[in-house]
Amino acid sequence: MTLPSPSDGDLRLHQLRKGQPATVTGVDESVVVTTLPAGELERRMIEMGLVEGSRVVILHEGFPGRDPIAIRVNEHTLALRRAEARAVRVAPLA
Amino acid sequence: MSVQASAAQPPRIEPPRIALVGNPNCGKTALFNALTGSRQKVANYPGVTVERKTGHAVSPLGRRVQVIDLPGTYSLRARSPDEEVTRDVVLGRFAHEEGPDALVCVADATNLRLNLRLVIELKRLGRPIILALNMMDAADKRGCRIDVATLSAMLGVPVVPTVAIRSGGVAGLLNQIDRTVASAFECAEPCSWSEPSSRDLRAYHQEVESILARCVTDAGLPPLATQRVDTILLHPVFGLLFLFAVLFLMFQAVFAWAAAPMELIDGAIGGVKDWVDTTLPDGALRSLLTDGIIAGVGSVVIFLPQILVLFFFILVLEATGYLARAAFLLDRLMGGVGLHGRAFIPLLSSFACAVPGVMAARTIENRADRLATIMIAPLMTCSARLPVYTLLIAAFVPDKPVLGGMVGLPGLVMFALYAAGILSALSVAFVLKRTVFKGAREPLLMELPAYRLPNPRDIALGLFERAKVFLTRAGTTIFALMIVMWFLASFPGAPADATEPAIHYSAAGMIGHALEPLLAPIGFPWQIAVALVPGIAAREVAVGVLGTIYALSGSGEALHASLAGALAESWSLPTALALLAWYVFAPQCLATLSVVRRETNGWFWPAVMFAYMIALAYGAAFVVFRVASGLL
Repeated sequence: MTLPSPSDGDLRLHQLRKGQPATVTGVDESVVVTTLPAGELERRMIEMGLVEGSRVVILHEGFPGRDPIAIRVNEHTLALRRAEARAVRVAPLA
Repeated sequence: MSVQASAAQPPRIEPPRIALVGNPNCGKTALFNALTGSRQKVANYPGVTVERKTGHAVSPLGRRVQVIDLPGTYSLRARSPDEEVTRDVVLGRFAHEEGPDALVCVADATNLRLNLRLVIELKRLGRPIILALNMMDAADKRGCRIDVATLSAMLGVPVVPTVAIRSGGVAGLLNQIDRTVASAFECAEPCSWSEPSSRDLRAYHQEVESILARCVTDAGLPPLATQRVDTILLHPVFGLLFLFAVLFLMFQAVFAWAAAPMELIDGAIGGVKDWVDTTLPDGALRSLLTDGIIAGVGSVVIFLPQILVLFFFILVLEATGYLARAAFLLDRLMGGVGLHGRAFIPLLSSFACAVPGVMAARTIENRADRLATIMIAPLMTCSARLPVYTLLIAAFVPDKPVLGGMVGLPGLVMFALYAAGILSALSVAFVLKRTVFKGAREPLLMELPAYRLPNPRDIALGLFERAKVFLTRAGTTIFALMIVMWFLASFPGAPADATEPAIHYSAAGMIGHALEPLLAPIGFPWQIAVALVPGIAAREVAVGVLGTIYALSGSGEALHASLAGALAESWSLPTALALLAWYVFAPQCLATLSVVRRETNGWFWPAVMFAYMIALAYGAAFVVFRVASGLL
């Protein structure tokens, strides 16, 4: 398991380059503006596999504004918006 | 097979009930079809508009088992009305329905992680569970190795590999159902389920990871073909071009493919009519049969091929996994008017019928997003409007090739009508999201399943279901309306010194004439006014009524001429165009309004919908009629 090095700072899923593999290190919904009740976005993300230790990589980017993004999460593919991807802390692999 | 099997054992009064639960895209419906074949029934849960799909399977021991197909879900926390049904059924919370005797949890073998998390949650219900590892063939092909025995031991539930799309692919599951049902009472435990917190979810996830580490000896290759295809189909430019090409092809096909079967149906209806004409003596009964029932119901049934072509496309796109891609491609663009990418699926379904479209909006969890989608769903051109469009295009648009022979002019006009519906829906959504339904959009968290070849049996069963619904409607609602309309159009009869066709003097004629001043500014003659009244009950009835009116009011030859010919003779082009414009916004049918009432829990939103749509329809028809009259 790769631990985030200090230089990574607080890297978030939406900041990853396309094709850059990473590991999820945490889910923090406080940075996202949402209509959902507190804690709900985090629970949904865990249910969709975005949980500590998952391997993620951005596969495709939408249009316009390269939004939403399609990411590979372990063995499945997930579509989400960059706005919500901010909630996912990641550490790049390699 | 089933006859012999059920003869071996006397039928039970209450067959055991099995519920299928699983993530979306796990092949649950395919498995349901494989278990039950065509012995399925679709109804609604009382009080909610979620479809309740049941069927029965016959186990190898000859036991009849009732199978319930539940909406796909990732958890029992129930974020949308659809998922609430799944939760309430498995918890046995429905008032008129006991909980199922056993659960079959269906999991995609190529994508176990999310599915196993649900299994672990379901185990807390205390009901017997069978895990069906579906799509084992795809897992094998990708080199995915699963130790089924260890998986079963670690989960503590029987695990059965299945291939729903192969014949005999569910035999093992049926055997296991027999065993589980036989011992169902012994292994029932009290339910200890409560809504999991994020900490519970993480714990479940840890458990899944440790199971996967032991049981999946080789995760296999990722679906490389899907990723490669998606590089093109999710491309910002080529992907959108492809999507629009698919939609255009769909609407062209509605015309081209349906033409031959429609002619056959037309011929058959004509044959029956001639037979009745020659068999029965002239009189009221013959008129009711030929002019009322056969002409009226026939003019609706003839559109069955077009509706089936449309549903064929929707079912195939859904089965391949492309519909989720379409939602991905359109999320940002639809976000421009404040809609959720997921609204695409209800809106696409609304092209077939607004009722399933409004119901499909249940997958959108946020109330404002959902209401906005519901309010614009009826602006999508539903198949019930097709009869009106087809009739008017056949009557007024010459069939000549345009764009260098690539497409016919009728197809192009049809496309324009659909486009008008879509554009106006987007405009209405834009206004709504900036006034009534302000607020952030619901997050998008949607799985993009691997591409799959659709299974012909599942498509065929889906089409069969749609055909049944449509024909039932034609045989009940429309049939009854046709009889009422025939009476209204036939009585009271014309006086002896009548100078006009008989319908002038009938009740229908009076209603039409009463409405005429109201509709005159938009160029509608009284015949249209008469047709619009029952058209509110069900849009497609308008065509049937026009058939009745013109068949009744014409002379001997006109009776046999096609309705399109009759309309081309008696209406001006601006009138026809105004009617087309009216129907783009057409005041929705009663079925749509009643489903909106159920979905929004009150009469307020259906009333708003009716008012805004009738205002749009009148305005659009007025502008089109005035402009066309000025120009032509």
